[in-house]
Amino acid sequence: MALLEVRGFKKSFGATKVLKGIDFSLEKGQTLAIIGSSGSGKTTLLRCLNFLETPDEGKMYLDGRLFFDASDRKQTAGASVREKRLHFGLVFQNFNLFPQYSAFENLCLAPKLRARERPDFSSNRRNIYAEIEKKAEDLLKKVGLWDKKDAYPCQLSGGQQQRVAIARALAMSPDVLCFDEPTSALDPELTVEVLNVLRSLSRENMTMIVVTHEMAFAGEAADRVLFMDEGVVAYDGTAAEAFGVSCPCERLKAFIGSIEK
Amino acid sequence: MSFWEITRFLLDGFGVSCLIFAVTLLVSIPLGLPIAFCSMSRFKPLKLLSKVFVWIIRGVPLMLQIFIIYYVPGLVFDYQLFGNVDKYIFLKFGIDDAGRILAVLIAFAINYACYFSEIYRGGIESINRGQYEAGQVLGMTKGQIFRKVVLLQVIKRIVPPMSNEVITLIKDTALANCIMVSEIIKQANTLAATRALIWPLFYTGVFYLVFVGVLTLIFGQVEKKLSYFSS
Repeated sequence: MALLEVRGFKKSFGATKVLKGIDFSLEKGQTLAIIGSSGSGKTTLLRCLNFLETPDEGKMYLDGRLFFDASDRKQTAGASVREKRLHFGLVFQNFNLFPQYSAFENLCLAPKLRARERPDFSSNRRNIYAEIEKKAEDLLKKVGLWDKKDAYPCQLSGGQQQRVAIARALAMSPDVLCFDEPTSALDPELTVEVLNVLRSLSRENMTMIVVTHEMAFAGEAADRVLFMDEGVVAYDGTAAEAFGVSCPCERLKAFIGSIEK
Repeated sequence: MSFWEITRFLLDGFGVSCLIFAVTLLVSIPLGLPIAFCSMSRFKPLKLLSKVFVWIIRGVPLMLQIFIIYYVPGLVFDYQLFGNVDKYIFLKFGIDDAGRILAVLIAFAINYACYFSEIYRGGIESINRGQYEAGQVLGMTKGQIFRKVVLLQVIKRIVPPMSNEVITLIKDTALANCIMVSEIIKQANTLAATRALIWPLFYTGVFYLVFVGVLTLIFGQVEKKLSYFSS
């Protein structure tokens, strides 16, 4: 059974229809690359999954259970949205680290605030915080930045900031981690270090959705490729097929061709 | 009168200036926040009301506002509110000017709250939307995002314009003169009128300069304290 199933997502901004009915599903542990030219709705789709935008129409199933239904107004209200968001993580194009906190504090902030809602928080505070800090330590080590734990974002390179941002998203243990063009704001030499983190996450079977322009990365690290074109899914298939000679989708072929030139 | 006697006489006045300064800040710094939130409200009538209010308060001379606050209770309601407070406090505690100082404080607090609200609004609106979104996707509540993520960044940004206003405030306290509050300029004027001494009036400048010098040092320290991050 698919971990995530999206059915009929539609979203308009004013008169502009950005998503015109998106369907796709994602198996647990899969890495899905979403590619397409700018304006095709990739980022909007990702923002809808993270409830930063509310789709006008559509349903979402998580683990087979109806998780979100745009036609139900109650589901789009504040508190329930906040709960739902926790199933997803999002890594932004421009990192959006909190500048006044060190790398380590960036990882701990949201989990510690979240922990206050636990019933055993007041009695067990020390253990809960210790757990959160241990996890943050592990994650910073995983992205290779434990030695930078006390550095503030302004003291880190773009690539390092993005690695901290990835660790920060992982600290909330999302079911699905989304990346919105995670390397677009980076110099080519810094892109590599971020993509390496993504590769290792993919190997560890983290369920991921990656909006990217890095075709080489999509071809090699993604299990599946979703090609979006003018608000619809124009192609949905394996990475091997998408980048192979037998690709059935002419528009995708043309798109890949135009990027590789 | 000796130099020291004059200095003490002026210091009495400067004490009143400092009192107006301190109480105005104490009230207007928090009061600016709800006004700023109203100005940013998505509820149109509230937003409009707040904008018109700020426009009027910032658009009318502070001196005129002091007159309005001081005289309107008597003119409109035929009740000398501040005059009666004056008398009552004087008879009870022997303290002069209390009612008039109260009128000045009300005018100053409202006026400065409006200026501060615009600074707050600018500071809050200048924060990158990505900061809110990052907080949201990490499951933080709106309140948590404001307090834990946005607030310190806003403070860092508003320290320079706030320090400007605060420095202006100590000099604006001289306006209390217009309803005969014994702040430092009024004290100096009294010397000029009763003893034909003009130099104390110029001497008052020294008090302001020292005070502003200290403020500048304090704000410099605050800016330095917040320089560890850039946003």
